[in-house]
Amino acid sequence: MNDDLFRLHNVHKEFSRGKQKITIFDNLCLHIKRGEFITIMGPSGSGKTTLLNMLGGIDKPTHGQLFFQHTDIAQFSESQLAKWRADHVGFIFQFYNLMPMLSAERNVELPLLLKNLSRAERKKRVNAALTLVGLQERAKHYPRELSGGQQQRVAIARAIVTDPDIVLCDEPTGDLDRTTATQIMEMLQTLNREFNKTIIMVTHDPEVAKYSSRQLHLDKGIFTDLETAA
Amino acid sequence: MFAIILLNLRTIPLRFWMSLASVTAIAVVVAVLLTFLAMANGFRTTLEGSGSDDFAMMLRSGSQAELTSVLTRDQVNIIAESAGIARDHKGALISAELYLTVDAKQRNSQSKVNLPFRGLDERGLELRPNIHLKAGRMFEPGKNEIVVGEAIQREFAGFELGNTVKLGNTEWQVVGIFSARGSIFDGEIWTDVRTLQNQFNRGNTFQIVRAKLVNTGDVNPILNAINADQRLNLDVKTEKAFYQKQSQGISNLIFYIGWPLAITMSLGALAGALNTMYNSVAQRTGEIATLRAIGFSGLPIFTATLLESLVLSFVGGIIGTTIAFLFFDGISASTMGNGFTQITFQFEMNANVFIQGIILALTIGFSGGLHPAFRAARLPVKQAFATIR
Ligand SMILES: Nc1ncnc2c1ncn2[C@@H]1O[C@H](COP(=O)(O)OP(=O)(O)OP(=O)(O)O)[C@@H](O)[C@H]1O
Ligand SMILES: [Mg+2]
Repeated sequence: MNDDLFRLHNVHKEFSRGKQKITIFDNLCLHIKRGEFITIMGPSGSGKTTLLNMLGGIDKPTHGQLFFQHTDIAQFSESQLAKWRADHVGFIFQFYNLMPMLSAERNVELPLLLKNLSRAERKKRVNAALTLVGLQERAKHYPRELSGGQQQRVAIARAIVTDPDIVLCDEPTGDLDRTTATQIMEMLQTLNREFNKTIIMVTHDPEVAKYSSRQLHLDKGIFTDLETAA
Repeated sequence: MFAIILLNLRTIPLRFWMSLASVTAIAVVVAVLLTFLAMANGFRTTLEGSGSDDFAMMLRSGSQAELTSVLTRDQVNIIAESAGIARDHKGALISAELYLTVDAKQRNSQSKVNLPFRGLDERGLELRPNIHLKAGRMFEPGKNEIVVGEAIQREFAGFELGNTVKLGNTEWQVVGIFSARGSIFDGEIWTDVRTLQNQFNRGNTFQIVRAKLVNTGDVNPILNAINADQRLNLDVKTEKAFYQKQSQGISNLIFYIGWPLAITMSLGALAGALNTMYNSVAQRTGEIATLRAIGFSGLPIFTATLLESLVLSFVGGIIGTTIAFLFFDGISASTMGNGFTQITFQFEMNANVFIQGIILALTIGFSGGLHPAFRAARLPVKQAFATIR
């Protein structure tokens, strides 16, 4: 069947450091269905971020195919990828990556500036996203006035404000305490269950991984779980 | 796009001191350039205002300046008969003049300088239509009376109306102040030519003959007369051509000092601008990568970075022109003219000078921002995941 959201076929990825070539992935295959909540775990340097970057259209396979629905985004140009990211992907980073000079609502509004929307429509969507993460009364606050957990919630609002298909997170709780991490995970779970967002998340934390519907373990560029070979 | 530019500009305070240094450097360069341009401008106005195509100037052949020329009464009488010189019922419209220099003290610095002292024929004033008396009256022939240009009165001590000043070995009374509309004559002292010849023991010699031309710009009939008579070892030029040649030395000086100086300094300011912008890009790496990850293309990031540089340089340009304007506009200066007399002129700031200053500033800003902007636009997006706040 071909109702996969993502299908990686024989993905090969290598980096060259000077003359030396390091192969991160060799013939990697992976299928991801719409609505899955996937966590990727594995030791440092195993290629988790590299994989996430490729799924998010930030990095391209050296060769191999990377289908999103029925298009091979590995063939996209830089600008095609930028447009694709704006249309389909929301990113959540470990260090939030909010713009320090912008208030929460302006940060959340950023991805909407790429769409042809009226000011009123943008405002409506920003409010909805901030309400979803429970920060509507903090709209005018600047990142430095918010706690780490609150900043990450602003970042989540920014990731979902365009209503993307996929939300990609690289260790979103890596910088947060347990209670705050749990809050964030519950929020992501809600996004997954009630808004049918496909979530792909890299984490080191087995507690956090429990929220997912499928756990992938990566080691030296290879999935160690047998069932993922599907 | 506009939002990204604003976002970029809002981060300038994060690089406040560096940006300020860059703005200051550009301001200084612009101020220096404008000072030179204003000087050149004022100088040109003074000399161009002095020259007309309606009049011819005759000097001893080979003399570049009035001071080094000598003409005899005989020569003057012969040339007066030449074709091409206008005449009326009183005869030829010419003025044989004596031109020498005297010491005077500058008002501000008290330093001694040479001032031009000119003796005019009775028709000398008719041959200078741009002159008008501002105060007092004209000198009378045979008396030790002088009239002085307004620049002289402004810049040098002792030339108030009614005062007596010592020039050479004799006392002279200031009976009038004249304006020559900013031309070179504003910096001269005038009296009757015969009085001057007597007081300075010059016998019956002159430096220059000034004549009105029948046909504007046409000195050929005079040139023919000179060539036909061996006694007339003279050069003839229109007044305009004469002063243009005079101004060349100074113009070249301004050019050969001013521009290289401004350009050298611009390179310094450019290095500062580059440094500031690379720093800006480095500081915004995480921000830029995040924007790119969100889906912004390289173009708004390129534009925003370039614009930051242009905004900084524009501010520098405005400050520089303001400084130059406040300090130098309308200020008078004296410069050694050809033949070691003082030429008094005003720095002249105008819209054209202003625009040149802003263009120089923006050029520095553009050159300083271009490569950093390319770098910003081409930052690997992967950095977004790697940045630490
Ligand atoms: N741009 C690059 N150039 C060269 N090597 C790279 C580059 N990016 C990643 N690598 C290498 O690829 C390998 C996988 O890196 P990656 O960042 O995907 O690991 P990771 O699993 O996310 O590790 P961590 O848990 O530490 O974040 C590492 O050995 C890393 O050094
Ligand atoms: Mg990683």
